[in-house]
Amino acid sequence: MAPQAPRRSLINDPNVRAIFFQILVLGGVVLLGWYLVSNVLENLARQNIATGFSFLDREASFAIGETMIPYSPASSYSQALLVGFLNTIKVAVLGIILATILGTIIGIARLSTNFLVAKLASIYVEVIRNVPVLLQLFFWYAVISESLPGPRQALNPVTGVFLSNRGMKFPGLGDDPAWTWVGVALLAAIAGVWLLARWARKRQEATGQQFPVMLGSIGLLLGLPLLAWLAGGAPTQLDIPELQGFNFRGGINISPEFAALLLGLVIYTASFIAEIVRSGIKAVNWGQTEAASALGLHRGEVLRLVVLPQALRIIVPPTTSQYLNLTKNSSLAVAIGYPDLVSVANTTLNQTGQAIEAVSIMMAVYLTISLGISLFMNWYNTRIALVER
Amino acid sequence: MKTKIIAAMGTALAIALGSGAASAGPTLNAVKQKGFVQCGVNTGLPGFSNPDSQGNWTGLDVDFCRAVAAAIFGDAKAVRFTPLSAQQRFTALQSGEIDILSRNTTWTLTRDTSLGLNFAPTTFYDGQGFMVPKALGVSSAAELSGATVCVQPGTTTELNLADYFRAKGMQFQPVVIESFDEVNAAFFSGRCDVYTTDASGMASIRSTLAPNPDDYIILPELISKEPLGPAVRHGDDEFYDIVKWTVYATIEAEEKGVNSGNVDEMLKSQDPTIQRLLGSNPGVGQALGLDEKWAYNVIKTVGNYGEIFERNVGVKTALKLERGPNALWTNGGLMYAMPVR
Repeated sequence: MAPQAPRRSLINDPNVRAIFFQILVLGGVVLLGWYLVSNVLENLARQNIATGFSFLDREASFAIGETMIPYSPASSYSQALLVGFLNTIKVAVLGIILATILGTIIGIARLSTNFLVAKLASIYVEVIRNVPVLLQLFFWYAVISESLPGPRQALNPVTGVFLSNRGMKFPGLGDDPAWTWVGVALLAAIAGVWLLARWARKRQEATGQQFPVMLGSIGLLLGLPLLAWLAGGAPTQLDIPELQGFNFRGGINISPEFAALLLGLVIYTASFIAEIVRSGIKAVNWGQTEAASALGLHRGEVLRLVVLPQALRIIVPPTTSQYLNLTKNSSLAVAIGYPDLVSVANTTLNQTGQAIEAVSIMMAVYLTISLGISLFMNWYNTRIALVER
Repeated sequence: MKTKIIAAMGTALAIALGSGAASAGPTLNAVKQKGFVQCGVNTGLPGFSNPDSQGNWTGLDVDFCRAVAAAIFGDAKAVRFTPLSAQQRFTALQSGEIDILSRNTTWTLTRDTSLGLNFAPTTFYDGQGFMVPKALGVSSAAELSGATVCVQPGTTTELNLADYFRAKGMQFQPVVIESFDEVNAAFFSGRCDVYTTDASGMASIRSTLAPNPDDYIILPELISKEPLGPAVRHGDDEFYDIVKWTVYATIEAEEKGVNSGNVDEMLKSQDPTIQRLLGSNPGVGQALGLDEKWAYNVIKTVGNYGEIFERNVGVKTALKLERGPNALWTNGGLMYAMPVR
């Protein structure tokens, strides 16, 4: 006779228990959530406080210092929040790109055989990552606004470029349709470079012949926009900043608030990325470097073709966390006057008194940005992961 | 700022959880049970609410909290202070964390209605002004087109500023910095051409924080009405009445010449208005649900309106403010108490 499974009571069945407790916890969470929400609504109604998101359509009637889209005090609260969101995205995207570049350089420098370079890099890392980022923001903001002169005494290192405590002004492109075409040509050139690199690699794999990709890329990147510019009638009109009344008019401006925030975030985050890069490179077996050298590769090629691709698998996941940190730290902007999402949402909260709504908008936006970065980095991580056979 | 989000989340949660306590009964009962009045004040604004080196709060807003405590308990010390930022103040009151908000808060329609507040009579009539460095050579706000303006966020100040420039068809560039110290530093380092806030606050900033106060002038234009006064939660009329009539009692006392020095003699006054106010002719205190000596206690321990004003912001203080619109109506000002009878 086949041995019968011993009869067990439901109470002792681990599966039943697990499901039971999970249902219990879920029920508790749902109950708590329901209690909080209904309590909030009841309290708000009793105190005669308006609820809901209808305030988003009302006129914001406050001004914002830096906007990437048209905005005036006559615009709605939703438009104001969009301005804040775009400002957050602007500083986060630029910050992530620059921090990655700086962090990689510092991380590699720390492993340099040159004593001075390695020591300087480690001093940078140890000093920067041990000072709170908010203090660093105050520091950079103070440096910029205290050390630079007023607009009337603005430094003028190159014709058309002015440095003052109102920011850095430099000439922008004049209003001409040709510039749009130059932009399109540049995008096309970038796509062309990508295709060229792909084709060259395939050809090398198939035939062993190398193609001067670097020269070709530079030619594409410079040539295509130049052709578009010439075809558009070669406009030379520039929008040059001019001192008018209190401040400069025209040209492009980088405000002290934006500069201080970007500088602070990049320098701070780069110190963490540098350590991640260093640990990633160290984790690649030294034998790989020796083997690559034995094949006759230059040191640069060893790093680029053998070491970094392997290190990247270790580097990418923790770097994702640093990208998220940088994005979230950008909310410290409110302390130095850069109009990011938190700054605008705080003002909205205070003008409308809709605390719960404003806070939930902020939370939803940061959650979305963070999940977006996370998803992208996870996709990238899977792509570069070691393919095991 | 991350801490701000956390604070805002905390206050949002406080609405979610905390209000049960506030609804347990009328505020007066809760206050009597606690034995003190919980009062929300500014985190530091000389003349209005500012802690001294011993941690004692002083200022005009603070004194009106003490006056309410004196009216309820006969003891001006039966009050505890919660320093609040502009962002936190309304939620703190709504959630029941504080009983009175006495924090240079402007009385506006939306705050009175959709925010669920009730404003007691105005204790300080203010207006928003502009301060500029003398070196700019500006003498009127009408010359400010194109200027960069430093302003703290989250107050009516930001709205008035935008409204003023819009109405005049002028341009400006705002620099909105949350921290009080940072926004002052930005202005005094020249990051902005103009500083704007309530005229009283600006006088305080110029006299106490400017490297050299004579280098800066306050432009003559006041661009807004800023009636500042204590506020309580909507829906508790009993407590609202007490705060309201405490403010009126201080104004009435000044009008009748009753002050902290002569209040004991005034108990024997033959003036029926003074008799009713000081409780020697009873009835008024009972109507408020308080001791008949409520106004006597307020005047004896805190003083009348004139005393409170002169002690905190008057010409002999660092702020050097004239009475102006805050004079009694009998002297051409706006301070007018409803009849205490």
